Amino acid sequence: MPEPLLSVENLRVAFETRAGVVRAVDGLTFSVGEKEVVGIVGESGSGKSVSMYSLLGLLREPNVVIEGSVKFQGREILGLGDDQMQSIRGKDIAMIFQDPMTALTPVYSVGWQIEEQIRAHGTESKHQARARAIELLAEVGIPDPARRVEQFPHEFSGGMRQRVVIAMALSCNPKLLIADEPTTALDVTTQAQILELMGKLQETYGSSIVLITHDMGVISEMADRIVVMYAGRPAEIGSRVDVIRTPQHPYTWGLMGAVPRLESKRSRLVTIPGNAVSPLDVPEGCAFAPRCEHRMDICSTRPSLRGSDHQAACWLDSAQKVSFRNRGHSA
Amino acid sequence: MLAFVLRRVSSAVLVMFSISVLVFLIFFATPGVDPAARIAGRSATPQIIAQVRHAFGLDRALPIRYGIMMDHLFFKQDLSSYVNIGAKVVPQILQAAPITISLVLGASVLWLLVGIAGGIVAAANRGKFIDPLIMFLGIAAISVPAYWLGEVVNLITQGGLHHSIFSWVPSSGYVSIFQNPFEWGLHLLFPWLTLASLYAGIYARVLRAELVNALNEDYVRTARAKGLSERRILIRHAFRCSLISIVSLFGLDFGALIGGAALLTEVVFGLPGVGLLTYSSLQNLDLPVIMGCVMYGAFFVVLANAVVDIGYAFLDPRVRVA
Repeated sequence: MPEPLLSVENLRVAFETRAGVVRAVDGLTFSVGEKEVVGIVGESGSGKSVSMYSLLGLLREPNVVIEGSVKFQGREILGLGDDQMQSIRGKDIAMIFQDPMTALTPVYSVGWQIEEQIRAHGTESKHQARARAIELLAEVGIPDPARRVEQFPHEFSGGMRQRVVIAMALSCNPKLLIADEPTTALDVTTQAQILELMGKLQETYGSSIVLITHDMGVISEMADRIVVMYAGRPAEIGSRVDVIRTPQHPYTWGLMGAVPRLESKRSRLVTIPGNAVSPLDVPEGCAFAPRCEHRMDICSTRPSLRGSDHQAACWLDSAQKVSFRNRGHSA
Repeated sequence: MLAFVLRRVSSAVLVMFSISVLVFLIFFATPGVDPAARIAGRSATPQIIAQVRHAFGLDRALPIRYGIMMDHLFFKQDLSSYVNIGAKVVPQILQAAPITISLVLGASVLWLLVGIAGGIVAAANRGKFIDPLIMFLGIAAISVPAYWLGEVVNLITQGGLHHSIFSWVPSSGYVSIFQNPFEWGLHLLFPWLTLASLYAGIYARVLRAELVNALNEDYVRTARAKGLSERRILIRHAFRCSLISIVSLFGLDFGALIGGAALLTEVVFGLPGVGLLTYSSLQNLDLPVIMGCVMYGAFFVVLANAVVDIGYAFLDPRVRVA
């Protein structure tokens, strides 16, 4: 098996706060292969974004403790100094953020901001960088790029700004693109356009993508593999087909049930009872146990990910899973 | 951009006009204030007061009196003091203005340099020893009143030590820059330092707060994700965006100080500037001089604000369309 582009092993991120230690990410393990799209899905507060920030060194809080291992192209990048991370960030690993309205510096033209990144990692002249910026804007579908390149972020709509952010992220041909809920702040039609654009660019640029979202619909459209997170822990990892068709974890069943379906006659969506656990007070055993209708005595012991290709952190045996899942789907 | 500048300048003119009307009404149309009685002197008979009133045009309608006043102040420029008969208002102000402008210009360069450097160094070293140290020095500088600091400086440089290490410090007063630039700077050195210390403290603290806010913005996270150096993020992104509030603060402070708010420093160091002139005219209720000084002060406040607004448009592209 070739070495994965990115391999995250037992990543743990904790914040030491006055109220106690907040374990935002607790034992996340996954890998991203060349040209692969990995979707990370979970509710708000499940540690999706924090895990990505931590592996890029974007968490600046003094009270944060990051442990585990993150290897990029076989090289350990967790704990690298700012100087070394600066040459990786934006060049090898680029990131797209959730809110395009605030992600760009308001006082510079979008062209200036794209050129800044190009010139930070290369030897291009101002002129070459400008030409590349216009090219990139055209590529992400911004009309009249030669004029728009001079304009300021406030002169763009939300969807157009997100295109600018994507153009910026792609400017140095990154090997890995981390997209942190890139469509959450956009309206539905724009969401679809942005997703389509990302899919198209992924084919032309051949970057791998880590797509963070809480939207099962988005993930089932784009991802090759899916990581389901709950309370900072991985609940289920597997290929898209496996996770969507035969989910193994009761939490994933809940997430799948919460997606509205056109063909369904059911008028009410399934909800997962209770609320997401407070990260200050994660149960000893399975974090999902308090909300799980199939909980057993053994659930007070923490389950590890089991399985080879399709893994789930759940104590139910496969026969139980099949029967519960079918019951859930037909109900 | 040109339209923006024109619009801003015409609104500044309108504000100046409104201020002149307001000030005129406050000093000349307030019941109980009788300019004629002040001009005529203490032991004047009612007949003399009536004569004076007629001679100065004070018995005419208010709008006409306002016109006469403005004509004397701005066009004939021969408005005279009511108290020191014969002393003209405009030359008095023109004589005092260079002193105040020299004082405030020099001090503002100092406080901008020190305040901005302090704010940036403090923000770059958040959580380290140097950050609270700079913030403490800032609050100390803000807390010390200018007249006290000035007196202490005078005591040190003009007192016992004047014969040893501070023998190079000239006695207080003002030398024109056209007469001797070196002496000009030397005479103003300690006034500059005194006036600048308060503002350097304020600017360092404000800038640090602005920078810390800016560093928590999403665009700074984007800048980090782009792989920019911390220094570049701090200066080109966070500081560049914080500059907008520093410029607006500077416009207000600079205008007010040129307009006479540097009074305490002028008094302590014996600099006969506009602040001092305003102060003495107020003590004597010398209406024409007060009128002149207020108009002069208002002019600089309005001018500074207009310059700041135009500067805004350069700094912040979002303002240009508005």
